[in-house]
Amino acid sequence: MSKGRIPDWADVVLVPLFSVVLAFIISAIVIWAIGEDPWEATKMMVQGAFGSSYGWGYTLYYATNFIFTGLAVAVAFQAKLFNIGGEGQATLGGLGVAMVCLYLPWPHWSMALVAAMAGAALFGAAWAAIPGYLQVRRGSHIVITTIMFNFIAAALLNYLLVNVMRPAGSMDPASARFPPEVRLPRLHEILEVFGIPFSRATPANISLLVAIAACVLVWYMLWRTRLGYQIRAFGQSEPAAQYAGISPFRITMYVMLISGALAGMMAINNVMGEANRLLLNAVEGAGFIGIAVALMGRNHPFGVFLAAVLFGFLYQGGAELALWTNIPRELIVVIQALVILFTGALDNMVRMPIAALFARRRRS
Amino acid sequence: MDLIAVVQILDSTLRLATPLLFAALAGLISERAGVFDIGLEGKMLAAAFFSAAFAFTTGNVWLGLCAGIIASMFLSLIHGVASITFRGNQLISGVAINFLAAGLTVVIAQNWFRQGGRTPTLTGDARFPRLDLPGAEAVRDVPVLGPFYSVILSGHSILVYVGLLCVPLTWYVLFRTRFGLRLRAVGENPAAVDTAGISVVGLRYGAVMICGVLCGLAGAYLATGLSAGFVKDMTAGRGFIALAAMIFAKWRPWHALGAVLLFGLLEAIANRYQNIDLGFMVLPAQFMQALPYILTVVILAGFVGRAIPPRAGGEPYVKER
Repeated sequence: MSKGRIPDWADVVLVPLFSVVLAFIISAIVIWAIGEDPWEATKMMVQGAFGSSYGWGYTLYYATNFIFTGLAVAVAFQAKLFNIGGEGQATLGGLGVAMVCLYLPWPHWSMALVAAMAGAALFGAAWAAIPGYLQVRRGSHIVITTIMFNFIAAALLNYLLVNVMRPAGSMDPASARFPPEVRLPRLHEILEVFGIPFSRATPANISLLVAIAACVLVWYMLWRTRLGYQIRAFGQSEPAAQYAGISPFRITMYVMLISGALAGMMAINNVMGEANRLLLNAVEGAGFIGIAVALMGRNHPFGVFLAAVLFGFLYQGGAELALWTNIPRELIVVIQALVILFTGALDNMVRMPIAALFARRRRS
Repeated sequence: MDLIAVVQILDSTLRLATPLLFAALAGLISERAGVFDIGLEGKMLAAAFFSAAFAFTTGNVWLGLCAGIIASMFLSLIHGVASITFRGNQLISGVAINFLAAGLTVVIAQNWFRQGGRTPTLTGDARFPRLDLPGAEAVRDVPVLGPFYSVILSGHSILVYVGLLCVPLTWYVLFRTRFGLRLRAVGENPAAVDTAGISVVGLRYGAVMICGVLCGLAGAYLATGLSAGFVKDMTAGRGFIALAAMIFAKWRPWHALGAVLLFGLLEAIANRYQNIDLGFMVLPAQFMQALPYILTVVILAGFVGRAIPPRAGGEPYVKER
């Protein structure tokens, strides 16, 4: 491997950009191979996601989910922990939100939102804390445990929805509808205050602002607090951190609690903001997209935000494609896989030619 | 619960355990060589689709099997390139492979067959026929041994028997051949293997490709033996249950057989009974579905003996300069 160093700006901008371009080129080949026109498909996706306030609404709604799950994965990555359990933690977060909204009376949505955030964070954090604890104290691998916890969470929710939370006489495995008092304001209601017209049919809601606030808070926590410094030091080198008096147990537990809480908080968007009741499989893979978002965003909250909007665009654009062409929605899963592959696993493949290029420039 | 029910449950246990067995052995070989593989699920899924698709279009299940194995090996190659050649993160590569298979199978299935991401139902020669073991009819009426041999052991597709044979074969290769010794060494201490003048990269690629072949068999059995065609996401977490079985077995082939039979039994019971009444409490079906995962967590946590993975697992090998 060429050990040529590359400037920071290239590491942050050029490498992810290259990876994404590679992923898109291969996706275009896939579209072309199934007999569709990649250029037309791209135009349709951009039009569908950004061409109207309706498209924007859905793009931002999806992006909100991905900001939460992306931040969850990114925080864990900062400590060199791979949390694949975002899916299960967000499922449990949904349970927390549903319990807050269904079983407690709320006079106003704002109070309900604060309580729901606490409920979601608590449940998500608890679900992440167990694998974290098992890793530091019992030596079980966090990746395997969090995968197992995804399946256990799905089975648990299935059981609760079918046997406990399902209202009498209802056939579908879902909870009762939340009372109207806890309905979160949608984006068009917020923008109306400023006199900006926005589509009324989209689920984007106030959770978007919470997600952006979460980005800022996570940035502050990671780069401006003692805990953040310890997390990053622990991620860079565990022995060095330990030598400096940083307890691996404490850091792992804190990181997993924060990560799980962030993943769980996604539920205020999809459960409280959109569906208004708890559905089976409400997370719809957003926990896994968080992995792609964190990798692409280079584990930085601002990068996560940008990557989440990109994936929101892919999701909404992909839905439009599935509606108007013969390209199924699963194409998005392919693009997601390629982004994870190139930005995550094949990082060195992308980095090496760039490093070689810079080395040659420096020599001349 | 009567005897017929027991025999039927054990019969389907063997069938349900077979894809898990192939995949668990696949993971075992890869991880023994020091390459973590959480992409078993994706490889099985890709093999399931391509085997069903080719079996349907050619009408020959053996051609389907070959196509499935090739598809699975292709994904293995990607995993090898990412994690061995470019020293990427093996776990992230596995995650990517799972999604790649989940997405591509549906996109291609929709494009080829236009049936909402599934293949048409396979019939006749496009499926593996049931194979009656010699003398199965003759001993049917012998008490205890008769039903065991003629119903539980006999009458499965050939891949079930291939799977069972793979267990001693894997054991022999890993523990009684030079290749196996080197393969295990490369998972424990690759630097020592390198010092002895043996290629670490070559051995690891070998292990990863064998893993691909076995995952191909697992997926092909799923789509052409256990069911009659491919449906979206048909592996349904089996790759992860196989991973669990492998850890449960502490990376040993015979124990892996025991683990997959246990998980197969759990699945067979869960398929047959919705809720299990224990007298003092009722076990819901969802609990039975979650049980393999719960068991794995318990095992991993070391409450029932410790599961220690190969020492160099997950670490890309860097030659010293």
